Amino acid sequence: MNMLRFLIRRILTGILVLWVVATGTFFLFFTAIPEQAVARNLAGRAASPDVLAQVSRFYGLDKPIPVQYWHFLRGLLGGNLGKSYYLQESVTTIIKQDLPPTISVVIGGVLLWLIAGLAVGILSATRARSLFDRFATVGVLAGVSAPTFVVGELLIISVFVELNRHGISWVQTGYTPVTQSVVGWAGTMILPWVTLAIVQAAVYTRLSRGSLLDTLGEDYIRTARSKGLSERRVLYRHALRSALTPVVSQLGIDVGALLGGVIVVEQVFGLQGLGQHTVNAISQGDLPVVIGFVILAAVFVVIANLIVDMSYAVLDPRVRIS
Amino acid sequence: MSITELEFQAKAVESAPEQAIEGRSQWNLTWRRLRADRVAVGSVGVILLVITFAIIAPLIASLTGHGVDQAFPATGLDVNGSPVAPGTHGFIIGTDDIGRDLLVRIAYGAQISLFVGIVTTAMATAAGVSIGLMAGYFGGVVDAVLARVIDAALAFPFIVLALALAAVFHPSLNIVIGVITFFSWAGISRIVRGQTLSLKEKEYIEAARSLGAGPWRIMFIDILPNLLGPVLVLATLYIPTAVTFEATLSFLGIGIPEPAPSWGNILGEAQSYYQIAWWYVVFPAAALLITTLAFNLLGDGIRDAMDPRTERIFAGSAAARKGRRRRGAAAAAEPAVSQGS
Repeated sequence: MNMLRFLIRRILTGILVLWVVATGTFFLFFTAIPEQAVARNLAGRAASPDVLAQVSRFYGLDKPIPVQYWHFLRGLLGGNLGKSYYLQESVTTIIKQDLPPTISVVIGGVLLWLIAGLAVGILSATRARSLFDRFATVGVLAGVSAPTFVVGELLIISVFVELNRHGISWVQTGYTPVTQSVVGWAGTMILPWVTLAIVQAAVYTRLSRGSLLDTLGEDYIRTARSKGLSERRVLYRHALRSALTPVVSQLGIDVGALLGGVIVVEQVFGLQGLGQHTVNAISQGDLPVVIGFVILAAVFVVIANLIVDMSYAVLDPRVRIS
Repeated sequence: MSITELEFQAKAVESAPEQAIEGRSQWNLTWRRLRADRVAVGSVGVILLVITFAIIAPLIASLTGHGVDQAFPATGLDVNGSPVAPGTHGFIIGTDDIGRDLLVRIAYGAQISLFVGIVTTAMATAAGVSIGLMAGYFGGVVDAVLARVIDAALAFPFIVLALALAAVFHPSLNIVIGVITFFSWAGISRIVRGQTLSLKEKEYIEAARSLGAGPWRIMFIDILPNLLGPVLVLATLYIPTAVTFEATLSFLGIGIPEPAPSWGNILGEAQSYYQIAWWYVVFPAAALLITTLAFNLLGDGIRDAMDPRTERIFAGSAAARKGRRRRGAAAAAEPAVSQGS
């Protein structure tokens, strides 16, 4: 019952956040950029006033802002994000088309960085101050300091260029759909995944190491040990569960922000996904596409936060949902 | 024990060197610990080198005879029109896609990176500290509103919004500084707010209030000095974040516009040349990595030096090695798993 009430309240706040983001983005775009500038951008520099007015009317730019806002909101409720200014397609269709490479990068990247980060973190915490721990700490600092695109470019000039020079062409840039060839798909995805893992795993190593060390010092761990449980069981069944809480909250933040980070990865590896499309849309002034992307990113953030809040209760028995 | 022996001991105590007992302030202790930390001292050295590199950029330009924006199609490009390798025709680390001297451009890029990093951090810190102090000290409605704004600013998908802002207003140095500042103050605010909440309940604040001090005086004269430690650490760690942020925006073509050199926009152009010109990628990438790593190491060092309990994995001196966290000692005594506090 509690869980249900909690869920309903969180979903309602989620919708409120989405509305705030959508409204903020709408007003930023449609009031900060004068209608004339948008129309001129669409119609071309040399367009006559008549043509400009026609373009304005065609895209509904001549209507008062509140009316445009009302249309925008009504469309949003029906899952309609409007039409691209440049491609004669609806924004939802464009998002559906461009989602596969982006989702591939996100899911594979998250899995790889979680596994790597947690594994190194656990090993470091259980062998605190060992040689391994020290090397891990250096690696973490390097990873935290490195910008995503630098790691990506360095991987390209070291791994991609070298492998291809030696005739190994499995690793590729660009995107091969998974439906076409799973091996080819993995070949195009491996470098983006590793890039994300190098940059992000560092944060998770640091977090899980610190939180596991703290948890291992708690009384209930001593109780578990004194009951005669094996060290393995104490570590994985008792300590790790509650040590994961900060890791999960970080994951919520990162997965939400990842849609932004993917832009950089897609740019570096020449993946024609959502991020690339948005960068292009920004330089073209294709506002509906940009707004669609921002709203999608906000949906990501809201859903990620909801899952994170629910998983607290699952991970740590001491947490009561309210 | 004879009397003479006691007298002798008393004399020995009297003649002990005077500086044996010396009051040390918190800052004094921090400074001493920081100086003993070889990694922190090393990173200060590296940062000074990068700063020098940025300052002498015009000197490098005049020594090599290559201006920042000056292209040398005849000597700086080979017959195919590709960048020339390091050491060719007096280009120490090679040239870029239109035959400009890479070394000169990286040096001028250092100016922009450091300028953006330091200016945005200073502005974000000033804003973050002021907002955090106000939210924490006034409480009530002020806090409720400011805390929500802080949460909102922290939760926003900021690369996306940065992209959008850069698209609305055309890319320029000022926009870059504005965007980075806008996304950096909230983290500082949140920490300052939390600290202020607990500090304002202390007796000395009550004393100040009973002496007739106004809220602004209490906030900035009485509370702020107690926050300088964590704020300094945060600020040091924000500099590399800002440098990275600027580089990322410039890399995506929405930061520092060409022909002004920035490490980010150099790397953005280098993208199409990675097959034929490794130096075009490796040198600016190295400059960026070395700078951010040095600031991160320094920030970690300052944090460790402020908090005597933190583990010092890389501390150089034997004293620091002895004074490690209890956890470390416990782990050493009990190899499997630590039992520390």
